[in-house]
Amino acid sequence: MSSIELQNVSRWYGNVVAVNDITMSIGPGVTGLLGPNGAGKSTVLHLIAGFLAPSRGKLTVGGVPSWRNPDIYRTVGLVPERDSVYAFLTGEEFVRSTASLHQLADPPAAARRAIAIADMAQAQDRKISTYSKGMRQRIKVAAALVHDPQVLLLDEPFNGMDPRQRLHMMDLLTKLGAEGRTILLSSHILEEVEQLADTIQVIVSGRLAASGDFRAIRRLMTSRPHVFLVRSSDDRRLGSALIGRPAVTGIELTRGGLQVQAADFGAFSRELAGLARDQDIRLRELLPEDESLESVFAYLVES
Amino acid sequence: MTMNAKFNTVVASITLRAVFGRKRAILFAIPPLILLLVTLLLKAARPPGAPWPGRILGDFGFSVILPLTALIIGTSVLGAEIDDGSIVHLLATPVRRSSVILTKFCVGAVLTMAFVAVPELVAGLIATSGASKLALGLFVGALVGSVIYNAVFVMLSVLTTRAIAVGLLYVLIWETVLGNFVSGARVLSVEQYSLGVANAIAHDKALNAGLTLTTALIMGVIVTIAALVYATRRLSEFSLKGDAV
Repeated sequence: MSSIELQNVSRWYGNVVAVNDITMSIGPGVTGLLGPNGAGKSTVLHLIAGFLAPSRGKLTVGGVPSWRNPDIYRTVGLVPERDSVYAFLTGEEFVRSTASLHQLADPPAAARRAIAIADMAQAQDRKISTYSKGMRQRIKVAAALVHDPQVLLLDEPFNGMDPRQRLHMMDLLTKLGAEGRTILLSSHILEEVEQLADTIQVIVSGRLAASGDFRAIRRLMTSRPHVFLVRSSDDRRLGSALIGRPAVTGIELTRGGLQVQAADFGAFSRELAGLARDQDIRLRELLPEDESLESVFAYLVES
Repeated sequence: MTMNAKFNTVVASITLRAVFGRKRAILFAIPPLILLLVTLLLKAARPPGAPWPGRILGDFGFSVILPLTALIIGTSVLGAEIDDGSIVHLLATPVRRSSVILTKFCVGAVLTMAFVAVPELVAGLIATSGASKLALGLFVGALVGSVIYNAVFVMLSVLTTRAIAVGLLYVLIWETVLGNFVSGARVLSVEQYSLGVANAIAHDKALNAGLTLTTALIMGVIVTIAALVYATRRLSEFSLKGDAV
């Protein structure tokens, strides 16, 4: 049993609602918890990890409530976002003591195995205080994996990692997910989750904005209305030609160039180049104006 | 505190390494050094007619030196981990919360005994020029005080992130002022429990003990157990703040 179930879960602090009526079911494989900063991802992760009580609703991990139930940590591993580890221990001591706290039969062997999985064997005898942020992140993963948990929860696991470490972590999580474990990771970076997760849960302003297969949600994101800034050799002429196209819903001639609202991202990007060529206009620049994650999420909430 | 609380050696060893790894550990030694220094000075000066060993080592020792050292140690064993967030690594394991509290409390109590009860014994021996009932009484009283104060300060660490400030106010206002001048407050003063135990052995009026041995022991046990049970309950509800919307 390794599924995570949330039924109408809400969490509020006084008058502030951090998580609002979320229902979701997370099974084996890698699931991404995606949303802008401050959306409530960490709150959801803390609720699932048993470090926060739901104000309302029901939350279970492997069929049992996680709040006030330390026994769930026999099957759950947690990698918290906060970079606070016992810095005075060596990496090996940290992972081995975690194994002892889990009362494993052979803590040194379990620590060796987990450290190897996290690719930290070379630095295991150094004090954690000498580690880079990425190394600290990996030693936390090793500690979270030491008891071979069926569920692994990671809060922003790629923070502070360099590209090589990031790739290694992605491979590791993909492998763990393929083994049938339930891996839930939070991130505010679309591309990280895209490369990794089979399914995603998008959280915006404490609500579940979208849920399910990543590709379907990605399509929803790319076919939404877009705003572009276009600079060309003759903005006025290009604007008058563009306004006749069905993919374009609005145009504004500004000092910086043409601000174009496109109803269909795909159709607009295909038509623009051909149109410019036909009109003998040279395209100098094409910039997406509203590609911030917040605007993407805002669209998902509205749709 | 539930019945299945067990002393956890892994938690104890991490706690000890954490406590002595911080610069704050130097502070543990300052109050007992002051006590020993004052004792040596008074011994050399020999104030005429004053029963100073009981007053200084009992009253001053149990109302200032003992609680201040216990406060620094009691908040170090758990509060510092809560403050920097590293407690999450300990709490994300199946270790009983009652075991965490019990272990932290034991480590704090033993350290306080080493840093206060032993210096009290040594100071008592110096003051009375050799083995005496007063030295023994001060030693046992300080052992009892180390236990009760640590239970209170470990609880305070779980209740508030400002445990040191709150603990300092409690020591200065409750223990030193109210406990000494308001007779009704004596029954709720850890200093008075310690003095009650010390006086039962030393029989020294200069100790200014306001409680009998029985009252001191019964109240000491009640306060210790109540503090540990409440600390366990609050640690079981330890929450991480999420991202505010």
